[in-house]
Amino acid sequence: MARGRWLFIVTFLVPPLLLYGVFVVSPYAQAFQISATDWGGLSPEYEFVGLDNFRRLLDDGYFWNALRHNAVLLALLPVVTIVLGLVLASMLNVGGRRDRVGVHGVRGAPVYRIVYFFPQVLSVAVIGVLWKEMYAPNTGVVNGTLRAVGLDGLAKPWLGDPRFAFWCVAVVLLWSNVGFYVVLFSAAMQSLPRDIYEAALLDGAGRVTTLVRVTVPLLWDTIQVAWVYLAILAIDGFAVVQIVSDGGPGYASDVVGLRLYKTAFNESQFGYASAIGVAMFFLTLSVAAAFLRVTRREKVEAG
Amino acid sequence: MGLTRRGLMTVAGAGTVGGTLLGGCAMGGGNDDSDSAEGDVNTANPLGVKEDAPLEVVIFNGGFGEEYAKAHEAMYKERYPKAEIKHSATQKIQEAMQPRFVAGDVPDVLNNSGGFQIDFNGLVSQGSLADLGPLLDAPTLDDPKVKVRDTLQPGIVEMGTYDGRFLSLNYAYSAYGIWYSAKLFADKGWQYPRTWDAMIALCKQIKAAGIAPWTYPGVHARYMSWPILAAAGKLGGLDVLKAIDNLEPNAWKHEAVRTAADAFYQLAADGLVQPGAEGMDHIQAQTEWSRGKAAFYSSGSWLENEQKAVTPPDFRMAVSPVPSLSTGDRLPFEAIRGAGSEPFVVPAKAKNLRGGLEYLRVMLSKRGASDFTTRVNSLTSVRGATSSTPAPGLTSVTKLLDAAGTNTFTWLYNSYYRKLEREFVNAACADMFAKRINAQQFVDRCQQAADEIARDSSVKKYKRA
Repeated sequence: MARGRWLFIVTFLVPPLLLYGVFVVSPYAQAFQISATDWGGLSPEYEFVGLDNFRRLLDDGYFWNALRHNAVLLALLPVVTIVLGLVLASMLNVGGRRDRVGVHGVRGAPVYRIVYFFPQVLSVAVIGVLWKEMYAPNTGVVNGTLRAVGLDGLAKPWLGDPRFAFWCVAVVLLWSNVGFYVVLFSAAMQSLPRDIYEAALLDGAGRVTTLVRVTVPLLWDTIQVAWVYLAILAIDGFAVVQIVSDGGPGYASDVVGLRLYKTAFNESQFGYASAIGVAMFFLTLSVAAAFLRVTRREKVEAG
Repeated sequence: MGLTRRGLMTVAGAGTVGGTLLGGCAMGGGNDDSDSAEGDVNTANPLGVKEDAPLEVVIFNGGFGEEYAKAHEAMYKERYPKAEIKHSATQKIQEAMQPRFVAGDVPDVLNNSGGFQIDFNGLVSQGSLADLGPLLDAPTLDDPKVKVRDTLQPGIVEMGTYDGRFLSLNYAYSAYGIWYSAKLFADKGWQYPRTWDAMIALCKQIKAAGIAPWTYPGVHARYMSWPILAAAGKLGGLDVLKAIDNLEPNAWKHEAVRTAADAFYQLAADGLVQPGAEGMDHIQAQTEWSRGKAAFYSSGSWLENEQKAVTPPDFRMAVSPVPSLSTGDRLPFEAIRGAGSEPFVVPAKAKNLRGGLEYLRVMLSKRGASDFTTRVNSLTSVRGATSSTPAPGLTSVTKLLDAAGTNTFTWLYNSYYRKLEREFVNAACADMFAKRINAQQFVDRCQQAADEIARDSSVKKYKRA
């Protein structure tokens, strides 16, 4: 009997663990190993250099510059995305006018829900190229719109100006993510009991009050997850940055992921690049842990 | 035995460890038992190719496409009918090839080119490339009395040489200059200027005619470093450029470089560059130029092929040298930067190394080179191999090179230290042409970056003689 159970468990456990070991654990372990070498990535030869790569990291101004941009993203991207996502989701689900039907979303909510989700359907590469063309100085939609409404003075060479390039990329990150969180929060709100909203309505709560006092506490678990996901995204941001601005002009929109990529693939310094990767790994891990800790709250029981 | 939590963890742990062992290592293992195929060396087969050894060719599928390579492969097959040829083409050379270099499972010929090429500094310093020296000293396919070395354009051997070993054959040959539409200039009665003062005067005329005198790709602003350095080399002599290649202290601060930078800064300062160019990439800027929104554009001779789809039929693409900065320039107005591009290498661990060299010899035959030039409208590193139907731009390039004669030159710092040009000089150019810094700050920034590379012990240094 016991043997049958073992066989059952082993049969189901071994394949996924093997896959996890090969494709997740082993690359991580190797990255740690490589980060202690001077491996150049083109031959099997390398030497162990101990912590030299990490020492070099401490003095690397380009790394710190990139990290600073990630920090700004980390501070802003989750907050702005979640606030926008919550506001839009509330409008779609409970933001409609008060009438006899009770609590419902604004008119056309199903259409909006689909439209908001569009960016999520596009691949990152498409989003990047799309926005790069939209920011184009003479032929792009952004400047075209500004000029069409007579705001010629505000038309800028967006990605060519270090004052704007980083924010341009940040907007793309925001745009490409808000939709997903609108849908996520909408789904979560669907499962909330309507009578709570109806009660709030009867008590005369406005939209803002309902959002802050009712929706947010009830959705806290979902928000927490969203927060961690967005934080991880903010520490990464590689794909969008590489396609839209490639970190430029100069290093004005550089991020750690891009630094890692260029160090490995353009400069053939896989050892040092792995050290950047290892630093990023611990950074992401501690940020995620810190977020979960700080946002821990008493659960509000619904219904 | 009952199932406990600990038992389960043990199973899980064992599975994970097993997975790690099975996963293999990205850094590869040493297996040096691969012998390269060899045949008999004789006059008909100077490189000792084994006639039935398979040959693998990997091509960068960029501006020149891959059809030209298929033609070369057919020529190789004519000589060695028993050899099986494996052809592949990709844009991401680095991603496709890096793991194969580590594993020692490399192709026999690799066209290491494009934005995702493998860094040469890394390839050379890690001993991954075969010495192409025997190819240079082999006779050509066309004339057994002439060595391959003696058919090459000037500078090709120097450009592919690292520490005295010829490791990379730049197959295409590009002339770098200032490009414009001969039709536009003829219609307006404009003459290409021979001096910088005339350039500025003409630019003011062009601007008055409602056309932006210059455009450039702000994202890849290094394109504008080419005429700056060319002008500096012409003004101060080639030692100015050699000092830069050798990372000598204050090389960028040389008076000639500063004067040249200052001349080009004037374009930005006087509003003679297209507004918004600082935010464009090369495709956007070149398209503006092809559409007649701007008159001048700095590029190499691949431009014609790159712009084929958007060039108006009567555009008459033409190229000229960068104007002389003074009457006392060391090199004449006609002197231009001519340099190889499209690097071809034979990996050191190639299984058919001799076949790889032979393939390059086929490429460098008159027939192989003319076929390339006819197909893609670009010259090759073989002298005198021309197209049977040259396009306007190529005709202009040929005239340019004829006029230059022996006065062609180039610099090598960009292939020695890719990052110095692609990141640092690129950023300094972007800042200068957007007027965020002036010419003095430009040379200071470039010097600072060169010093940084010179100090970086993780970068292998090369010396240009």
